[in-house]
Amino acid sequence: MKLRLGLVLCSTLLGAALAQSGSLTIESWRNDDLTVWQETIIPAFNARYPDIQVTFAPSAPAEYNAVLNSKLEAGSAGDLITCRPFDVSLDLFQRGHLAPLNDLPGMENFSDVAKSAWITDDGSDVFCVPMASVIHGFIYNQDIFAELGLSEPQTYEEFLSLLQTVRESGAYEPLIMGTADQWEAATMGYQNIGPNYWRGEEGRRGLIDGTIGYDEGGFLAAFEALAAWRPFLMNGYQATTYPDAQAAFTLGMGAVYPAGSWDISVFNQQAPFPMGAFRPPPPEGQEDCFISDHTDIGMGLNAASPNQEAARLFLEWMTTPEFAELYANALPGFFPLSNHEVTLQDPLAQEFVSWRGECASTIRSSYQILSRGEPNNENQLWNVSARLLNGEITPQEAAQTVQAGLEAWYEPQQGE
Amino acid sequence: MRRRPFPVHILVFLAPAVLLYTAFMIYPLLDSLRLSLFAPTVEEGGARGLAFVGLQNYRTLLSHPQWAPQLLNALSNNVLFFAIHMLVQNPVGLSLAVLLSSKLVRGRAVYRTLIFTPTVLSVVLIGFIWRLILSPLWGISGDVLGLFGLEHLNQPWLGQESTALVTLSLVSVWQNVGIPMMLFLAALVGIPDELLEAARVDGATAWGVFWRVQFPLILPTVGIVSVLTFVGNFNAFDLIYTTQRAIAGPNFSTDIMGTLFFRTFFGFQLQPGNPTMGATIAGVMLLVILSGVLVYLFGYQRRLQRIEL
Repeated sequence: MKLRLGLVLCSTLLGAALAQSGSLTIESWRNDDLTVWQETIIPAFNARYPDIQVTFAPSAPAEYNAVLNSKLEAGSAGDLITCRPFDVSLDLFQRGHLAPLNDLPGMENFSDVAKSAWITDDGSDVFCVPMASVIHGFIYNQDIFAELGLSEPQTYEEFLSLLQTVRESGAYEPLIMGTADQWEAATMGYQNIGPNYWRGEEGRRGLIDGTIGYDEGGFLAAFEALAAWRPFLMNGYQATTYPDAQAAFTLGMGAVYPAGSWDISVFNQQAPFPMGAFRPPPPEGQEDCFISDHTDIGMGLNAASPNQEAARLFLEWMTTPEFAELYANALPGFFPLSNHEVTLQDPLAQEFVSWRGECASTIRSSYQILSRGEPNNENQLWNVSARLLNGEITPQEAAQTVQAGLEAWYEPQQGE
Repeated sequence: MRRRPFPVHILVFLAPAVLLYTAFMIYPLLDSLRLSLFAPTVEEGGARGLAFVGLQNYRTLLSHPQWAPQLLNALSNNVLFFAIHMLVQNPVGLSLAVLLSSKLVRGRAVYRTLIFTPTVLSVVLIGFIWRLILSPLWGISGDVLGLFGLEHLNQPWLGQESTALVTLSLVSVWQNVGIPMMLFLAALVGIPDELLEAARVDGATAWGVFWRVQFPLILPTVGIVSVLTFVGNFNAFDLIYTTQRAIAGPNFSTDIMGTLFFRTFFGFQLQPGNPTMGATIAGVMLLVILSGVLVYLFGYQRRLQRIEL
């Protein structure tokens, strides 16, 4: 420890004239990624900028927004802020907590779609460097599939009969997911299979324009499709939390896990069996397919940070191909948003990202604009999706609740 | 007659407590009440400020279709939470105290310590342990029921709207039953043996001794325990937060005033925090607790008769 401190002191003294120095703290909700940052990303950054000390300081995902808010208000937040997409970060920017990054060198490496989650409504200010998107699908246990003679389903009907086969085998749970934390039900349930029903961007934009509602067409059909999961969910799913479900899958208790691609890195470390992945299968007879490819994570600069220059250097480094390659391979399942060509080494991640070529991409229906008011559209989707899976309400009730919540404040949905 | 000098030493002795209490309790309390009279504004150019709105926040909280059902839900859950403590924790605490005050029970100190132990443990620990015990995946609740051949009765207790709040109330009872037990025990031990002996000589049964001699004599403690339970329950937050998080699931069935306040004040999920509305909820909590305590003071404590022993 003493030696390291001495080295740091020495290098600081020597490097002072050569380069930027300082120390940076990164706020994040990705506590799963702590070791990756400590062992891979920060050392790579330090190889280029040895005098900037970087600390990755994550908090629990469910508490991140609240904790970050209080820290920013109190002036004790870190220099770099991991950005949630859309309104949460937009709100931080409008309150002056995030600095504009329009002139950051390297921002030209991102497409408009990539930047869409971290830009003001009029497109004038960008305030976070896009880091990655996540894709939804299903991860399965190949050993169980082989044992029961199952193959990847092509249609939603095949998917349900596959789950039925697993249920009848009696040895494994068909579908590993809990509803105790609520967001899994909406994020890995509704938003996972839904785009096939509401036709991706077409439906999502329709919601924003007010031409379609949650209580009709594809959005209602998606609730009905989700309700079909009920008999196949694991025993006691109502009280099973997200980490519990992850653990249950990696222990080989069940066949299929409704996943976000971010699960890949955790599963790679923990699951002793080979895994495969299939995309959300469209209903019988539908030719085209849609996937949720959600701009999920960015990095912004705390406007009150005393280390602006060092922080900007770090952000600039994040726009380079070096970072994209490093991040995508260190955290398989987070797919880079920059225009650089990146090769993925992880087969599971490669499978997920290959769907971008087969299906049309969309983002989660509730994230852009629709979660601005009260009740918050995304929060309501969590609540009704969990209740739907818990058997407390019907698909129609779920759809009507969300629609009523949206109509309560969102003008384009208030109609005639 | 010489005037007595001003008792400076009293001020000196009072000062530390008064100063600390004012700085850390009274001032924040008043400031929070002040905050509840303001609402956030967005000025030209996006700068945020606060504007005085009088009692508007309270009106919104009590009547707006967005807030009123939430408040009502949290309040009624809180009443149930309190009722279970009053009906289970305090009677059980009293029975334990009576048992432990009897000279016929052996190993009283051991039982006393064991029953009191959970109260000194951290709530976070208690919440975590019970989450594990009740987990349908790893928990032992199914195995324990299996010992009695009742395994089919096992449920995801914390995951169902119908069972979650009662389950958590009982966990809280399990943790805190030691406190009423100790208070009752202290009161029971204070009753002179002569009274009990005289009653027995007069032919009273054990049941009669309890209801006609012991219970009337510990009535002041019954009042104190009730009011402590009331204040504690309406301020409760930690156990629900540890086991169900701020979202107080499933479907807000375990939402009590404390968690509603936390969610509103600090924000949750994608909803940003709303400090002024949070302060308003804190104001309502203060009002509820204050009125409960006043009912106790004027409706109960003043009617108690002191009995010289």
